[in-house]
Amino acid sequence: MKLRKNALAGIALAATAALGLAACGSGSSAPAAGGSGGSKISGEITVYNAQHESLTKEWVDAFTQETGVKVTVRQGDDSEMSNQIVQEGAASPADVFLTENSPAMAQVENAGLFADVDKATVDQVPAAYRPSTNKWTGIAARSTVLVYDKKKISEDKLPKSMLDLAKPEWKGKWAASPSGADFQAIVAALLELKGEAATIEWLKGMKENFKAYKGNSTAMKAVNAGEVDAALIYHYYYYGDQAKTGENSKNVTPYFFKHQDPGAFLSVSGGGVLKSAKNPAAAQAFLKFITGKKGQEVLKNGTSFEYAIASNVEANPKLVPIKDLQAPTVDPAKLNSAKVTELMTQAGLL
Amino acid sequence: MLIALLSLIPLGYVVYMTVTTGWDTAVSLIVRPRVGELLLNTVLLVVLTVPLCLVLGVGGAWLVERTTLAGHRFWAVALAAPLAIPAFVNSYAWVSAVPSLEGIGSGVLISTLSYFPLVYIPAAAALSRLDPALEHSAASLGLGPWASFFRVVLPQLRVALTGGALLVSLHLLAEYGAFAMIRFDTFTTAIMIQFQSTFNGTAGNMLASVLVFLCLLLLLAEVRGRGSARYSRVGSGSQGIALRLPLGRYQLPAQLSLLALVLLAFGLPLALVLRWAVQGGAAVWTADEFVPALLQTLFYGVVGAAVTTVVAFPLAYLAVRNPTWFSKALELCNYVTSSLPGIVVGLAFVTVTIRLAPAVYQTTGVLIAAYVLLFLPRALVSLRSGLVQAPKELEEAAQALGTSPFLAFLRVTLRLTAPAAAGGAALVFLAIVNELTATLLLSPNGTHTLATEFWSKSSEIDYAGAAPYALLMIVLSAPMTYLLFHQSKKAAGQ
Repeated sequence: MKLRKNALAGIALAATAALGLAACGSGSSAPAAGGSGGSKISGEITVYNAQHESLTKEWVDAFTQETGVKVTVRQGDDSEMSNQIVQEGAASPADVFLTENSPAMAQVENAGLFADVDKATVDQVPAAYRPSTNKWTGIAARSTVLVYDKKKISEDKLPKSMLDLAKPEWKGKWAASPSGADFQAIVAALLELKGEAATIEWLKGMKENFKAYKGNSTAMKAVNAGEVDAALIYHYYYYGDQAKTGENSKNVTPYFFKHQDPGAFLSVSGGGVLKSAKNPAAAQAFLKFITGKKGQEVLKNGTSFEYAIASNVEANPKLVPIKDLQAPTVDPAKLNSAKVTELMTQAGLL
Repeated sequence: MLIALLSLIPLGYVVYMTVTTGWDTAVSLIVRPRVGELLLNTVLLVVLTVPLCLVLGVGGAWLVERTTLAGHRFWAVALAAPLAIPAFVNSYAWVSAVPSLEGIGSGVLISTLSYFPLVYIPAAAALSRLDPALEHSAASLGLGPWASFFRVVLPQLRVALTGGALLVSLHLLAEYGAFAMIRFDTFTTAIMIQFQSTFNGTAGNMLASVLVFLCLLLLLAEVRGRGSARYSRVGSGSQGIALRLPLGRYQLPAQLSLLALVLLAFGLPLALVLRWAVQGGAAVWTADEFVPALLQTLFYGVVGAAVTTVVAFPLAYLAVRNPTWFSKALELCNYVTSSLPGIVVGLAFVTVTIRLAPAVYQTTGVLIAAYVLLFLPRALVSLRSGLVQAPKELEEAAQALGTSPFLAFLRVTLRLTAPAAAGGAALVFLAIVNELTATLLLSPNGTHTLATEFWSKSSEIDYAGAAPYALLMIVLSAPMTYLLFHQSKKAAGQ
């Protein structure tokens, strides 16, 4: 067993060294990836995917069609996958890691497992949507929103801030999906913006007041069915349902907190290439493809309704423009998922 | 021996994790309000559901086997049918019909409807075999039918009932999908949530240790409940045929209540799955998604069932032909492990392979090994009953006639036990097709089984998209359920 471990470590070391050499070679060797030059990449990659399965499938299908690279997807939740990658270490089978939110990316970055993102990819993504370290990049964004039932809450009774939801008058009135990475990212933003004491106090108030659902769409469905007055979710569940049949959202209205409130948090979905990737060239090409024009147009024209953020592709016209959301400024690299699960466990939410 | 050691991995892992976590951390993670909530939920669920299953299961079996119920042959099969619908499919159907279902009441409803056949099948088998002589004696001593049922019949069903009750309770502890869908938290759903937020974090492991403790408690309760009395006939002569009690004016109410039960437990879920499938139209039958899921499910089912049966054979052989303390210990290890929920076995395998055997981590082999551990007893029970019926003397006779021991074994014993082996394999196959939690945790990259695909679609409330997978699972399960029902009758009739 020991021998095997050493052998693996050796391989990983060699791979890292090779990567390092490649990086030393020149910064301009990268552009071969994706785009028109797809000739240099081949083989297959494994993507650990915590993004929505359907969105990633659209990306994967388009990428495979363009490059011929076969993509194997392992599906999971943000923090499940980030913790898994950290435990797997250099032996991880993953080449690329995609998430719905950024705390999980920060965790893998802090463990030192990400390779640098190719410069060509970095150049496609505005600085606001990626960490300054360039160890990973934003690939899409989602805004926090309170969806509510107009018949039950009049506009003047809406909370000014997300923090108000912990107040006694909101007892039994709102829903959320605390087990999901989406919600945990909102808590991570709150933690970064307001500090630990305020966060744990809010979480305890939440435990008193809220109803737990599994998944944002289920929470929204509960508002629609009149089981609860409001739900704290991300915006695109509403728009996605409206674009389909509206069956789960016809009684639902979205309310954006704006004013740089923690409840106006814009969460960045992340993508990164692992140091231990077995096919780093194809992995980098995949990331470049997602953040490139074609990948971002999947966000603009597809059915995911997440915000496009890179390559100057505009958001889906049905959405509230990103600049009108008045999101607070949070460095995505600073979001701390481990602390969040700890605080949520402490508050009895997990 | 190796299998016994392997089967101790999950249990050893839980103990190891609890010990290495350190007393203070462990206590702070176990003794907290959230665990209290989960404990209350889980205990209430067991305390409410098990008696309901017993009443429905025994009542149904009694009507079918011992009364002049019209169409009792039809009802005999119909009452076993709900077993073909996995609990999480049942939950999905109910929740899509009544979206406000949530909490303990719904948990009891759905699990009772899903699991009462686990009591009904052994109860019916035992009832069909009972010697009516005892009841005749009771009647001659002046006992009415009711008194005779409670004082004579019911005590004789004790083994079948405690066994059924244990099975139901273990399923209740292990179930994830069905309860997650109706927002009812038990230890298993909470462990899964912890796993999804921390992948193998300490809090999840501590919850697992409480869950394991609950399982062991149940096993112990079953041993106590079963008692040590003998129930087999010891008199001479052949067994009489039981008289069927005339139902008279109770015929109609009996028919109606059975109809209601079968409609709720089988008709409604099936109808809703079909409705969603029709509503989704041809579009949801995207062959490039569900054909691989079907093929992978069949692959895991067939390979898992085959390996489990092959592994079970020497264990059963030892236990039947050469019962020693050693073979008994081997069997015990396996029963304890298989009483652990799939999630605990899955967690243990993740940790052990990632740390000690990274080369096999996330391989098909590990998933198959987990299936073998989880479902070995199903094959064992079936094989044992087959081996008991293949007398050793026949093999010895073959040897005396000049066949080599190996060939004698092959031609005589193996051939005679083949039907029992097939029955056991079918049971394991059924279990693997409907397994969710261990598969979610351990499956190799790119794996999509019917159960995991169904789960990912229904989590996104894409009910129409999930329907084809639910339908396929039911279609695969139905013949196995029939076989199980048939097999239990035969085993009881020997």
